[in-house]
Amino acid sequence: MTLPTDKPRTAAGTLRPGSPRRRRVRTGVPLPLLIPALLGLAFLIVPLAALLVRTPWQSLPAQLTSPEVWQALKLSLICATLATGVSLVIGVPLAWLLARVDFPGRGLVRALVTLPLVLPPVVGGVALLMALGRNGIVGQWLDSWFGITLPFTTAGVVIAEAFVAMPFLVISVEGTLRAADPRYEEAAATLGASRFTAFRRVTLPLIAPGIAAGAVLAWARALGEFGATITFAGNFPGRTQTMPLAVYLALQSDPEAATALSLVLLAVSIVVLAGLRDRWMSAG
Amino acid sequence: MTRTVRRTRRPLPWAAGGAAALLALSACSSSGSDSSAKPDSSGSGEPSGEVTVFAAASLKESFTTLGEQFEKEHPGTKVTFSFGGSDSLAASITGGAPADVFAAASPKTMKIVTDAQDASGAPATFVRNELEIATLPGNPGKISSLKDLTKAGLKVVLCDEEVPCGAAAQKALDASRLKLTPVSYEQDVKAALTKVELKEADAAVVYRTDVHAAGDKVAGVEFPESADAVNDYPIALLKDAKNAEAAKAFIALVRSAEGQKVLSGAGFLKP
Repeated sequence: MTLPTDKPRTAAGTLRPGSPRRRRVRTGVPLPLLIPALLGLAFLIVPLAALLVRTPWQSLPAQLTSPEVWQALKLSLICATLATGVSLVIGVPLAWLLARVDFPGRGLVRALVTLPLVLPPVVGGVALLMALGRNGIVGQWLDSWFGITLPFTTAGVVIAEAFVAMPFLVISVEGTLRAADPRYEEAAATLGASRFTAFRRVTLPLIAPGIAAGAVLAWARALGEFGATITFAGNFPGRTQTMPLAVYLALQSDPEAATALSLVLLAVSIVVLAGLRDRWMSAG
Repeated sequence: MTRTVRRTRRPLPWAAGGAAALLALSACSSSGSDSSAKPDSSGSGEPSGEVTVFAAASLKESFTTLGEQFEKEHPGTKVTFSFGGSDSLAASITGGAPADVFAAASPKTMKIVTDAQDASGAPATFVRNELEIATLPGNPGKISSLKDLTKAGLKVVLCDEEVPCGAAAQKALDASRLKLTPVSYEQDVKAALTKVELKEADAAVVYRTDVHAAGDKVAGVEFPESADAVNDYPIALLKDAKNAEAAKAFIALVRSAEGQKVLSGAGFLKP
């Protein structure tokens, strides 16, 4: 959304239908903007509508009640939630560091943090294998000291998802922190609060909407994660086969099942976005 | 949100116009990529232009070599490959992906294409491939048979059963009444092999040709049960081929003595 439309929207309650201002806006949409805008809208909506049109409604109940689907869905929900939890625990402090502490090379660190956002997820998966795989630079010590190997495990799925999803949270929280007035924290400090107490009691409640928005974004990204997961954690039903992997592999042999599975993911995404829409909007 | 939606309600006819424009756009883009091959394919006799070959992942090395050979023998041609799991390639072909030739790793995946009437003429078997166990260099797990893969603590990856190498591995396991629980079902044979190359898995059941192609990054272990699951590789000209002339010439090269030499050099068996 562009800024000019944002402003009247926040004041939408005060505008009555048919008010002079509204009419002027309505006739004022220039065609060179309207046509590409509608094209853009169709471009985003038509594929989703096609999914609905082609959904095998007749066999849908049978498809959706199959244990494989539930297994994959359950695993997806658990892993995405755990990945969001991991992102919250280490991502919020990281965002605070980036927003509040002036250290040399901060710009570079911020760029590195956002790198997984633009990195193809499969590359992320390969990178994770190099770092945390059984033979990886960190993973080989995990294996020989603690006997922990991460690839092909559910923990591996969580790590792959958190790797891809955490930047969304960090960016969102950092943006909110920058917009939040640091004087509240300073006031807390003058009243004797330590910097950590100020963060906990003042900053956190202040940026809660931003954290929620970031968490939703990260959760949604984690839920849809495919490339890094299949590369790092492999594909085994019930252990590492999340919904996107199940959709991809079902598409090979049984397109109907793939459509049904896709519909489930679409429904879950819509429910989550709708449920948290208000918090998200207020954070924008 | 509601305001935006309401505002666009009046000029609704434009929505139809927009959708039409979108359709036109997509039509444009697909015909645009075809046109590059078209002017050349009109001439008969000497093949020219672009040939698109969809081939099983296990054919990657040998077909890449054959593609270069083809381009050298027929100047003005360009062979473009898409390698992947035979099942996903078959799905994209029946879904309308622009391809001239399909080389599958199993008759079953080829049947998806012939059943959809997307092949032109009957597919021909051009090579056969046997399974082999790929394990870490030096074979630290001392694997010498298929049964050894079921040892506890050994991390084995298989191809997904939808993929020919996975189906063949399952067939061999069933034939010898072995129950093997892998750590992962990979989406194609190269993904399974990579897991061993990266030392993330201890062993994978792949094709002989893949072990061959991986060189000394993996050790190969042949097992007698593989005879129960030899895969025939069929190749077919596709009905919607944009460049049938050059496609036929490429298939001829694959089936020629010259082509067979490259393929058997990669570890394939004669049909």
